[in-house]
Amino acid sequence: MALTIGIGAILLVVGYLIGLYFFANGYAGLIVALIIWGIMNLVAIFQGDSILLSVSKAKKIKKEDHPRLYNIVEEMRIASGLEKVPDIYIIDDRALNAFATGRDANHASVAITSGLLQKLNRDELQGVIGHEIAHIKNRDVLLMVMCGILLGSIVMLSWFASRALIFGGAPRSRTSSSSSGGGGILIIVAIVLMIIAPVAAQLIYFAISRRREYLADASSALYTRYPEGLASALEKIAASTDELRSANKATAPMFIINPFRKRGMAANNFTSTHPPIAERIRILRSMTGSSFANYEKAYEDFYRGTKKIIPRSALAETQTLDIRAPRSEEVGTLKATIERRKDTSDALWQINQYRTIDCECGVRLRIPPKLQDSTVKCPHCGAINRT
Amino acid sequence: MHVGAIVGIVVGVVLAIIFGGGYNRLVQMRNQTRNAWSQIDVQLKRRYDLIPNLVQTVKGYTKHERETLESVTKARNFAQQMSSSGAVERAKAESELSSALARLMAVAENYPDLKANQNYLALQEELTSTENRISFARQYYNDSVLKYNNTTQMFPSNVVARAFGFKSSEFFELTVAEERQAPKVSFT
Repeated sequence: MALTIGIGAILLVVGYLIGLYFFANGYAGLIVALIIWGIMNLVAIFQGDSILLSVSKAKKIKKEDHPRLYNIVEEMRIASGLEKVPDIYIIDDRALNAFATGRDANHASVAITSGLLQKLNRDELQGVIGHEIAHIKNRDVLLMVMCGILLGSIVMLSWFASRALIFGGAPRSRTSSSSSGGGGILIIVAIVLMIIAPVAAQLIYFAISRRREYLADASSALYTRYPEGLASALEKIAASTDELRSANKATAPMFIINPFRKRGMAANNFTSTHPPIAERIRILRSMTGSSFANYEKAYEDFYRGTKKIIPRSALAETQTLDIRAPRSEEVGTLKATIERRKDTSDALWQINQYRTIDCECGVRLRIPPKLQDSTVKCPHCGAINRT
Repeated sequence: MHVGAIVGIVVGVVLAIIFGGGYNRLVQMRNQTRNAWSQIDVQLKRRYDLIPNLVQTVKGYTKHERETLESVTKARNFAQQMSSSGAVERAKAESELSSALARLMAVAENYPDLKANQNYLALQEELTSTENRISFARQYYNDSVLKYNNTTQMFPSNVVARAFGFKSSEFFELTVAEERQAPKVSFT
């Protein structure tokens, strides 16, 4: 909360200074800043998730396309108390990642890569989905979008102001504004702040993003009552080296882990949108129960009492809650892996609108959506099948 | 105006805010527990609807498991009858249904033809998911009840609760130990 107020204050300060500097009236600048912010808000809030989903090439699924995934999402919805099941999308990519988007609980979406669906067992997948649903339930998406807009507005205003400074020289004095001496100092202060403002705003934005990630981890442990699920999923995700093709810097904060961690965008300093994965895993694994209080204790133990993470309102009524037994049988067996691959590829064929015909020899024929022939020859046994 | 009257009015306004706010919070929490209870109901009903289909599918492949199948059907009908009783009797009936189902699934492991049937696999996934959903719905209900009970019992909100007649709710605990553990799959 304090961080969000901080980033909002930076916008107001920048607006006021621009107004003072260019229009000799601070409040005019304030109004301009707020108008720009308002417009960007409207666009992002109402069109943001469809833009994000189409950029990621996510395809929406129905329950029949992938019943196991749908059931896992529905179970997490029940555990978290959301009223409506979010729309579920699959991204056809070997990389392991997931994100949630949507401006409120009734317009929410969750997207998963096909790589993730293949590699994780049920408990691990449920931990990841729980984390994404927690983002929806805690309204993190809305928060991060608005902070992103604040950040964008600050950066944009500072950029315009600095360009005008470089090319415009001293401001034309309009009405009787301040005396030259006081004006000089004001100009220096304004310049310094307009360079510092975007940097400070970015740092605050990243700090907010990291805090919400911890809270989502804690919420996932609370919903599933099984923190090891998410911990083991994060381990698998961190170990994979495939990089998500469709991620870019703007969408990076939405994913469950930093999609650019191998490319040099640091994973564990104050310019990162996600906390370091090893730390997240270790905190989850050291939890002795599954409530927020347990997560808070594990977090404080990790930092030896120097930091706190869960907001006090969430801590108020919880105490220790038990961890349940694991539910996934056949962890890591070849049979389970094959079944998951089959599930996922079936789902992908279906959402790309391929029809399926089972030939009598056992081969499964996939018919492209645009094929107009009335018969298809099986490549294995040569039998003619009617489409 | 008389100072005492002003103080009285201020105190009255403050009390109204506290009582009003507390009342609203209690109403919201109680409604959340009722909502959570109906969610459990939805998932239990889902299980009733799945079972006949499951029994039919298994029956086609297994010649010697009549008793197991019958006990599942009986338990399901009994639980459905009990669905309008109180929480404790209902929990007992549902627990018995859960253990009957667990026995059926364990027995079905011995029939490889059945395990390869697509219909059976889909049903198995649905049944697993329904068991999970019942468990999560129960978890959410118990969490809501805990929050509500805390508010009705702890000071100072218990004053408001008693004034307006809010009572604590009971938890919904399924008593069968088997239901809590993961079914063990044998590879023999």
